[in-house]
Amino acid sequence: MEIQDKVINIVSEAANVEAGNIKSETSFIDDLNLDSLDMVEMMMKMEEEFGIEIPEEKTEDLKTIGDVAKYLKDNAN
Amino acid sequence: MQIQRVAITGVSAICGLGNSMNEVWDNALKGQSGISLIEGANPEMWPVVFAGQVRNFEVSPDIIDPKEQKRFDTFIHYALHAADEAVRSSGLLDSGYDPLMMGSIMGVGLGGFPMIEEMHTIYHDKGPRRVSPFFIPGFIPNMTSGKISLKYNMKGVNYATSSACASASHAIGAAAMEIMMGRQDSMVTGGAEAVLSGLTMAGFSNMKALSKWNDRPSEASRPFDKERNGFVMGEGAGIIVLENLEKAKARGAKIIAEVVGFGATADAYHITAPEPEGAGTVPCMEQALRYAGINKEDIDYINAHGTSTPLGDIAETKAIKKVFGDHAYKLNVSSTKSMHGHLLGAAGGLESVMCIKALETGTIPPTINLNEADPECDLNYTANEAVKREIRYALNNSFGFGGTNSTTIFKKFEG
Repeated sequence: MEIQDKVINIVSEAANVEAGNIKSETSFIDDLNLDSLDMVEMMMKMEEEFGIEIPEEKTEDLKTIGDVAKYLKDNAN
Repeated sequence: MQIQRVAITGVSAICGLGNSMNEVWDNALKGQSGISLIEGANPEMWPVVFAGQVRNFEVSPDIIDPKEQKRFDTFIHYALHAADEAVRSSGLLDSGYDPLMMGSIMGVGLGGFPMIEEMHTIYHDKGPRRVSPFFIPGFIPNMTSGKISLKYNMKGVNYATSSACASASHAIGAAAMEIMMGRQDSMVTGGAEAVLSGLTMAGFSNMKALSKWNDRPSEASRPFDKERNGFVMGEGAGIIVLENLEKAKARGAKIIAEVVGFGATADAYHITAPEPEGAGTVPCMEQALRYAGINKEDIDYINAHGTSTPLGDIAETKAIKKVFGDHAYKLNVSSTKSMHGHLLGAAGGLESVMCIKALETGTIPPTINLNEADPECDLNYTANEAVKREIRYALNNSFGFGGTNSTTIFKKFEG
């Protein structure tokens, strides 16, 4: 499975939003209405799923699904 | 300042006897035991494996967003479900009250112990980065009143009381005073608790406070009985809606009963043992009677703290006799903990609901498992069968570790 599809599945489950409604440009805060605590939880799920650590200062730049997928691709072990 | 009368317009309960007001009340009047073996309890890690556990409870997506359900520990689920039934049955949402005049004070003794245990395990095994950002909001006691304010847009006074097993009783007293003083028009109050876990059982068990009748759970909670041997843990919530009586009348609300008296004292004697002569509990009940402006002979029913511990039941019996004299033998006492167990911080909420239903229906729920009373417990404890009786005033006692005492008096609504 493509990294982005995996990310979409995780987000879909965590945010209780249908996967079909989540695109690369979907914004966590503007489109999915997630707050800062939701974002921390979301990044924890990504870390767990992909087995990497996303530094806290990086997470602020990850605003869309595409941002996360690209970060994971670039930093995959 | 004129003291305002306090109407009760909504009630609800969740406990081992049922998941709605009607179910709980019907089973209480039948004298059923809501106490059984705990699902999933590991006997190697749980010194006690039975309790008044809530059964077949499902979180409603209309009350808590499915996305949020796992973020809040069970006591918050119970609080929100009971609050919803109480609020909806009261018609409060159509009252038109100013949101700033609608408050909530909830009693919670321990809060989210099971979640603390779970997070500690994650912290220990996987490290600090895996501790959920929703951990803290998920276990704090006042998330009960906080979530109630969010759900119904109630912007008035909002906090939780924590005084061990008197928490909910103190909450109701504090909430009633908000109305009496005219500071609030309505209050959602009562208590919630859900701490069925190995760690809590070990803690209470090592204090020698719990019954260990693991082989006969439904008989273990037996207040005032000769063979009683400790309390039985329960879980759930008991919630009531209070309103300024004149305003409730004006909006045509159905008034179930009134809160008329409240007493609160401390034993200043021991961290956990009750003062044996009633030095704290006698003035507590007397204060509530004075506050209500009634005579001791006016009380028809006492829902006792009656936890089924050897010392506590004798001390409370003595205190009732000191306060009421000869009348102590004429009124009905019962401990419904015999059926639902001890809900700790929520006990005063559930047992206040029992008093209110007793006033409404003229029926007193029994003390079950009372086969042979302890010779030092010689009152009429409404043994094993519910009793029909005209009740005008009912009194609820709740006492907690730390030597804290609380008494609330309810009155039948007579216009």
